[in-house]
Amino acid sequence: MDTIPDPASGNSSRKNWMGTLARASETDLEEFWDLYGKATEYDFLRPPEFGLVMVQGRAGGNGQKFNLGEMSVTRCSVLLSDGTVGHAYIAGRKRRHAEIAAVFDALLQNQKRHDKLNEMVIAPLADKRARALSDRSRKAAATKVDFFTMVRGEDA
Amino acid sequence: MYVAVKGGEKAIDNAHKYLAEERRGDTNVSELSLEQITEQLSHAVSRVMAEGSLYDPELAALAIKQARGDLIEAIFLIRAYRTTLPRFGYSNALDTADMTIDRRVSATFKDLPGGQILGPTFDYTHRLLDFALAAEGLEQPRAEMSDRELDPDMPRVLELLNNEGLIESASQGFFEDDAPVGDLTREPLEFPASRDLRLQNLARGDEGFILALGYSTQRGYARNHAFVGEVRLGDVTVEFTPEELGFAIDIGDITITECETVNQFQGSKTLPAQFTRGYGLAFGHCERKVISMALVDRALRCHELGEEQVAPVQDDEFVLSHSDNIQATGFVEHIKLPHYVDFQSELELVRRLRKQAQESIMQAAE
Repeated sequence: MDTIPDPASGNSSRKNWMGTLARASETDLEEFWDLYGKATEYDFLRPPEFGLVMVQGRAGGNGQKFNLGEMSVTRCSVLLSDGTVGHAYIAGRKRRHAEIAAVFDALLQNQKRHDKLNEMVIAPLADKRARALSDRSRKAAATKVDFFTMVRGEDA
Repeated sequence: MYVAVKGGEKAIDNAHKYLAEERRGDTNVSELSLEQITEQLSHAVSRVMAEGSLYDPELAALAIKQARGDLIEAIFLIRAYRTTLPRFGYSNALDTADMTIDRRVSATFKDLPGGQILGPTFDYTHRLLDFALAAEGLEQPRAEMSDRELDPDMPRVLELLNNEGLIESASQGFFEDDAPVGDLTREPLEFPASRDLRLQNLARGDEGFILALGYSTQRGYARNHAFVGEVRLGDVTVEFTPEELGFAIDIGDITITECETVNQFQGSKTLPAQFTRGYGLAFGHCERKVISMALVDRALRCHELGEEQVAPVQDDEFVLSHSDNIQATGFVEHIKLPHYVDFQSELELVRRLRKQAQESIMQAAE
């Protein structure tokens, strides 16, 4: 089985595509599923399951760790007929989203399929997110303000 | 003492049916959807997520709908729901320096790298009722967009003071980085409580209570004159390391509000005069909450900074024991439930005392 060697670095890394799949909208995922996913044969190692992750913060942003509160998370693991295992951990309660993301995670690990799927699924999802982030940033930038400190008469 | 009562099933069933009808209200008015609540009542959703201590906007909206807008009741529903789910683990600590910025202001520095970003704020509105909102079919409001994106470099404002050594460092002192993080959902709170537990408690504490305590510090109950060093609002990535993968993955983004205060500190035997920090962080968009939280956090640090404890807000047992609105409302509201046996014994006691008193008066008169 050909797998991508380094899971945690590089733009086409597994960490990257799992993050992109996690952030995608379910509507977009369903669309890509119809095109590139639904012919896949797979079994559940772990059917989609709801749970919680305790989110930690740090005092002052970079100081002592503390537990901020929990978030809902859905996880799913699948096994392809070639033996590849795919995982998904997705914020929210989204069974279908987690299932599709786990299958794509497995498919993307295969070197033969990787490049095409990366180009046809991951890249467009990442582009869409980048455009949304850019719009949001430009809205915030329109509210950038310069405060003037007025010099009072008696101080002038 | 509360003694269980039996009976009343039919009345209780009917009361709940009546509640359901009242919740729905006039059926000529269209029913509220969860999407309407998440999209148009987002501050209510934020509060329920922060104090319910569960980030899930859709569930918060459901709870708000079910509770008919009673946010503490909604928080109660969320707290109850979370106990039904397994915990997969703990996230990596959020990196708020790397969050996307919807809003970021500082009250201490006018010119700061990245600039002051007002974002979607109630500040500087005139607080006049906008009767145009009462009409339907309004033109869709549109935010302006700048040609350029924000400066990607948005350093923490208080780091500017840190570079000069004028403020305590947040990243060192008073704690061990590899120490286990306290979790009050797993172990009962003990006093004195360490800062990790205090922050967890305040993050899920009642906004009104924390606000009032924060206000008390400003009115002089704990000598801490505070400035808002920075308030940030935006989305931050949550990273989690599943055991089966062995490396961290992004599971999504959550909206958070963060506040750091700068407080005067006269110095102590071991510490030079310098500025100190208070910290506030919570789920969703909730500036009032995180500013108050930072004030209270700073006040509760009195012991580690060698300050005299003189005010209620500095008393961790008082603050942390009364901040949770679910515990509070549970205990306060339970006194409306049947206490017939309990009260009967009180009634008999009072009757007996009165009878005894009357008898002794009669005897004295004889």
